[in-house]
Amino acid sequence: MKRSGSKSDSPGRSQRTAAGGVTRRGFLKGLGTTALTAAVVSARGVAEELERANAETPQGPGAVPVTLNINGEKKTFALEPRVTLLEALRTHAGLTGAKEACDRATCGACTVLLDNIPVYACSLLAIEAQGAEITTIEGLAKTGELTALQQAFVDKDGLQCGYCSPGFVLTLTALLRRNPHPTEAEVRQACTGNLCRCGSYPRILAAALKTAGLKTTSNTSVLRWSDHALA
Amino acid sequence: MGKATPRLDGPAKVSGRAKYTSDVAPAGTLYGAILRSKWPAARVRSINVDKARTAPGIRAAIAVPGEFTVHFYGQELAAVAGVTRQAALDALSLIEVDASPLPFVVNELDAIQPDAPRVVPERPNLLPAETEKAGDVDAAFASAAAVVEDVFATQVEIHNPLEPQGDVVAPEGDEFTAWCSTQGIFDSRNDVANILGVPQNKVRVICEHMGGGFGSKIESWGNRGLCAWLAKTAGAPVKLILTRFEQALSVGNRPSSFQKIKLGADASGKLTAFEMTLFGTGGPVVDPSDPGGGVIFVPAPYIYPAPNTRVRKSKLAVNAGRGTWMRAPGHPPASVGMEGILDELAVKLGMDPVEIRVRNDPHEIRRREYQIGAEKFGWKDKYRQPGASPGPVKSGVGCAGSGWMSGGEGTQAEVQVNPDGTVEVRCGTQDLGTGSRTVVAVVAAEMLGLDAAQITVRVGDTRLPPSGLSGGSATTASVGPAIYDACEKTLAELKKLSGIDDPRGAHWREACGKIGPNPLVVPGRWREGLSTGGAGGVQFAEVEVDTDTGFVKVRRMLCVQDCGAVVNKLTCESQLNGGIIMGLGYALYEQRVMDPQTGVVLNPNFETYKLPGAADVPEIELLLLDMPERGIIGVGEPATVPTAAAIANAVANAIGVRMTSLPITPDKVLAALGKLPAGAGTGAKDSVLQQAFARVAQAPATPATPFFTGRRGRAYA
Repeated sequence: MKRSGSKSDSPGRSQRTAAGGVTRRGFLKGLGTTALTAAVVSARGVAEELERANAETPQGPGAVPVTLNINGEKKTFALEPRVTLLEALRTHAGLTGAKEACDRATCGACTVLLDNIPVYACSLLAIEAQGAEITTIEGLAKTGELTALQQAFVDKDGLQCGYCSPGFVLTLTALLRRNPHPTEAEVRQACTGNLCRCGSYPRILAAALKTAGLKTTSNTSVLRWSDHALA
Repeated sequence: MGKATPRLDGPAKVSGRAKYTSDVAPAGTLYGAILRSKWPAARVRSINVDKARTAPGIRAAIAVPGEFTVHFYGQELAAVAGVTRQAALDALSLIEVDASPLPFVVNELDAIQPDAPRVVPERPNLLPAETEKAGDVDAAFASAAAVVEDVFATQVEIHNPLEPQGDVVAPEGDEFTAWCSTQGIFDSRNDVANILGVPQNKVRVICEHMGGGFGSKIESWGNRGLCAWLAKTAGAPVKLILTRFEQALSVGNRPSSFQKIKLGADASGKLTAFEMTLFGTGGPVVDPSDPGGGVIFVPAPYIYPAPNTRVRKSKLAVNAGRGTWMRAPGHPPASVGMEGILDELAVKLGMDPVEIRVRNDPHEIRRREYQIGAEKFGWKDKYRQPGASPGPVKSGVGCAGSGWMSGGEGTQAEVQVNPDGTVEVRCGTQDLGTGSRTVVAVVAAEMLGLDAAQITVRVGDTRLPPSGLSGGSATTASVGPAIYDACEKTLAELKKLSGIDDPRGAHWREACGKIGPNPLVVPGRWREGLSTGGAGGVQFAEVEVDTDTGFVKVRRMLCVQDCGAVVNKLTCESQLNGGIIMGLGYALYEQRVMDPQTGVVLNPNFETYKLPGAADVPEIELLLLDMPERGIIGVGEPATVPTAAAIANAVANAIGVRMTSLPITPDKVLAALGKLPAGAGTGAKDSVLQQAFARVAQAPATPATPFFTGRRGRAYA
């Protein structure tokens, strides 16, 4: 499954509440698309629905209790509803592995797993992540021992500055969990939602393929000048 | 040395344990936010932050004092610090700015018009032309066997390191600790001390891990000063990290270039005459001596000399964020122009592009690299006449070279040997992601006969012995020799103290056991003879161009790089890969787009400012030319220089039409192929360009500014 698509493929993820009900935001989002396709709901009808939805018990704008299941531990925080999952993790839970680099779901540095699906934590509200199992990079190597993929990143130098690394590692962890033997094309496809400005992609691919048990060949040769000096 | 050593901080980085500036949060940290100008040009009379200062959760609110002029959209006006990020963002809307908007101009070809709004009222937007001359150009063109002429344009590129600019500044009594994302901890320390008006020994800068810089984190930008002032005002730690949006506005970029080049040669292809008229923008250029990221530091002619030259280069002011150093400043644009015109000359003379380069290149190593590269690439089989590729998807090949000064300079370091044999090496350099921390360990391990993993390395703290800023690909060549020196002296001391003739390797523990209860600390410093400059490299590109969609796909890149003494093969390769991939973005995707109507940056984020992704990366083959006898040289910048030129040449070879404007986007390709209506496509009109060059030709002349005057400048070849 495509990484960036995982959010659009499963829109229910951010729209469902823990109890399986429908949130106001999710409802209205659904309403918008339904209204367009069916072309039966008038603008006035939408406004009425909005009003009704807003009459539901509103949360905020002050802090509300938010319970998150992070790396197997449930923790409750007092957060304004507008606080993103990323900020909740970084500032309130003290888990700074997920990075903020674009704040608009384009670079993947903030990637975490929600029920094993990679998501952009910068573009999900913390209150929407309640009820899901959240895995951050800190949750992968809890005992201090790196996973095979993490070790492959180190061995193959699948990183330079490392700011994108937690995101890539989690994205590829999810890929390898659902498809332990991906092709190179599948690895590239899985990485389309993550950016690396240092240009470590060739080594990130090599790390993923090594973990999948595929042989990777080096495209580097070292030449000695003495063998190649001009005659 | 020369082996593949995994980077020491790899495990910390892949497990999220590595703490970057944005991850640091001392107890009681406040969150800073900046109010930026919504006008591309304005006169600000006053800024009132009173309401913001008393807003809920706000602990400090400051404004740029007095009356001043705004020169670009996004210029810093005021800043607040609050207990949460939300409180800070809310308070920004309470700041009152009394200002009058002014006329503005953001695009080069508008700004160069005589009636354009003036960015600095006192003078024209086009600055005097720096002029260089040699020989008799006109006579040489008149007698040349072949003359070619063309216009090349390169875009404004944004560094966009994944970690945004930012700082955490914490006051403690009369001292300040600043966690800065910086390419030079000591420069940043001096800047923070200067801004706060405190002695330098009262400021400590820490940069344990850094999320990339590419030149944008050499200077301290406005946000650092605001963060330090907020911390001082609030008397509490303040974290101020820029957003991606802000990153596109006011923390530098690679300046644009417009180059009109004329090249002449004799019948054998030997260059006889070169003429260039160049202008480009490095931003508002408020101070006429502002290099603006090296607008006019475009070496000309680039790497292939001609005996007769005439060069005029002008900076052009626009109302947009300032240019600054970016990975090999001046060289990628120089390469795009020179390598492009050289290919046109080769076509005109019926010569092979590799042959014409070898004939004109004075750099012995690079000449050989062209030959090695051509052989490994299969150049002879792949090169066809331009446009000869059949079918709608056409393939083509191109090549280009680079020259970079590299070289090292003054760095100090110290080695601490403990009685139990453990070693700590301390050096106040910083690791931008280049692997300099690992380089320290590799050199020390080699010298002391230990494993790199046995050595603890401390970098990124101004309490350590000083090193210079990381720029010019100078870090490895600056740090390596200092570590070498410190280790050599350590061995001599240890020999004296222990009585063991060769305390390295197997005798290490025994020797260390004899130094007594206190550790042995030995300083060392950079010295001549262990590093060198003048790094040459060449790259070959193979592309496919879909002539129906205009889409360019790079299939393969081959790089032969003069690496001097390879210190760490693994990180050396990563730097080369990274340089090539960044060059690919420069060739095909990246460009800051300004809106002439509103003066704003239209693409200040990654969905509209396109960076190369995993799917765009071609097969990359690296040939490292290892020459330990040359000493250490840096390769971070050289690798990004020739990529775009090689790709542009390959595109021209594929479709038979030269794309002279970067980035080579599908609309430009289709326009060049005549598949779009006249006037379509984003390339500039020829008549407008010619008018612009005429203005540069008429601009007052001034002597050229030297790029670097120091030792490293002389090492440039």
